[in-house]
Amino acid sequence: MTSIIQAHAEGAATAAPAAPPAIRIEAVSRHFGPIRAVDQVDLEVPRGELFGLIGHNGAGKSTLFKMMLGLLPLTSGRIRIDGEDNSGGNFRAVRRKIGYLPENVVLYDNLTGLETLHFFARLKHAPTDQCAAVLERVGLSHAAGRRVREYSKGMRQRLGFAQALLGSPRILFLDEPTNGLDPEAIRAFYATLRGLRNEGVTIVLTSHILSEIQERVDRLAIMAAGRIQARGTVQALREQMDLPLTMELVLGAVSAEDVLRAVESLGLEHSQREPGTLVLRCPRPLKLRALQCVAALSAGLQDIHVHEPSLEDVFFGFSD
Amino acid sequence: MDFTAIGTIASKEFRDRIRNRWVLAVALVFTVFALVIAYFGGAQQGSVGFRSMEFTIASLVSLVIYLIPLIALLLGFDAIVGERERGSLDLLLSLPITRFELLIGKYLGLAAALTVSTVVGFGLVAVVLATQFSSTSLLHYAAFTFSSVLLGLSFLSIAVMLSVFASERTRASGLAIAVWFFFVLIFDLLLLGALVVTSGQYGGEVFPYLLLANPADVFRVLNLLALDDVRTLYGLATVFPESLARLWVLVLVMCAWIAAPIALAAWRFRK
Repeated sequence: MTSIIQAHAEGAATAAPAAPPAIRIEAVSRHFGPIRAVDQVDLEVPRGELFGLIGHNGAGKSTLFKMMLGLLPLTSGRIRIDGEDNSGGNFRAVRRKIGYLPENVVLYDNLTGLETLHFFARLKHAPTDQCAAVLERVGLSHAAGRRVREYSKGMRQRLGFAQALLGSPRILFLDEPTNGLDPEAIRAFYATLRGLRNEGVTIVLTSHILSEIQERVDRLAIMAAGRIQARGTVQALREQMDLPLTMELVLGAVSAEDVLRAVESLGLEHSQREPGTLVLRCPRPLKLRALQCVAALSAGLQDIHVHEPSLEDVFFGFSD
Repeated sequence: MDFTAIGTIASKEFRDRIRNRWVLAVALVFTVFALVIAYFGGAQQGSVGFRSMEFTIASLVSLVIYLIPLIALLLGFDAIVGERERGSLDLLLSLPITRFELLIGKYLGLAAALTVSTVVGFGLVAVVLATQFSSTSLLHYAAFTFSSVLLGLSFLSIAVMLSVFASERTRASGLAIAVWFFFVLIFDLLLLGALVVTSGQYGGEVFPYLLLANPADVFRVLNLLALDDVRTLYGLATVFPESLARLWVLVLVMCAWIAAPIALAAWRFRK
């Protein structure tokens, strides 16, 4: 009994300091001539997190991605993947922990889906008998023996994803992974990602479809002009930006003027998108008072919709 | 060095060329051309049919010197830049392999495809020639086939180098064609022009060495030197210095032409 407790205690004592974050980026810059593609970026992604990196084209996401993968030397700073340097002497061991899906990758037309996975499995020193199971996981078992040239865009993307899963990587880098997928496939894709995260896999993905990732990632960072402008959970970013909520009232017996008179003391901005409706923009601290004022007129209203600011609103707020 | 990775990449490249029938097509081209040249090579002199092995090889050399560099350049020009343009290069480079392993794997796979099609293509003709000529002359034919393989590998090496240096696929293809024009068509003309302009008075003894700066010329000299009849026929023995007129020296130069471009490519690709 004592020995078990002791072993536990020792295990805990050795495990605690030996668990660096999955990704640690310290003051990383990458300049191309006078252009600062990535400028003094600090970022840490803990193990087992589903992390989103968003930004316009040219914001520096891809450059940062490539540096994390060890494809591009840094101008300055330091990147540690699972506590190690990805381009140093130990790069093979580090890269075996990584799965990568590049944006818009075109795989080899002449190979079948299964052959494609065998090819990548051998290069990763992953067991090739894993390939069939991975194809199953991305829903491509039925097309395993077909040449990639016969695949649809969505199937190719799923094959690219399957390739990234070979070798049971601990960290996944997915660049615009849902390009070309239909809504059903996107849902299945994120379900797979959640499964992986629950197994302890760290996932970093980029996307420009903000609405798609906002409810699905644990945390995200907004990049613009080579810098990380904001980071946190979607909720925290909304609060940080302090964007107003919108309240859309569908009018019945009361007129727009009646409503505006009722909320006059709050000084809300308003607009009328179509006849019979009224949109109020309400700063977060005034939310409850505004609702009270409106509720007093509820007999004359058909409906009320309250909208949180979308990630788009947050994003444009930070990147402008 | 991860030899499994090199082997995996090489065998994928090789299988690709088998599967898209590239190897078959090129082997057929070699077979057909070699047969036609062997049989009709003397038509200008008013006769058809198989003549001596020396004449057959001499005729084949002038065909191969155009054809093989072109085929090798077309085979290799997009080896790396093609992957870059497809977006798969980043993926390959993110794997636990080095850039050198990727490059050399690509080269070896393409080299295997080119070698197999050359050996099979000319080998089929050897079966026909075997019924006509002595076994000694077949040995000469084997040596010719071997030198053709070396010629192909040297231009393939240049092509893969272009595919590393070029930023776009179209630029790589333009460079490949330019290299072909330069080495196959222009180089000899320039040398000849220089000789004529200087009336052969200056630096005449340097010219044989300048020939080594062109793998196509090395191939030609290699084959012509190997054949006694042809040597006298071309008057080559008189202009070629003794120090160079050794087969092993020329084979070494050919090997250097294979190794140097790929080494340069590896150096450039490291960055």
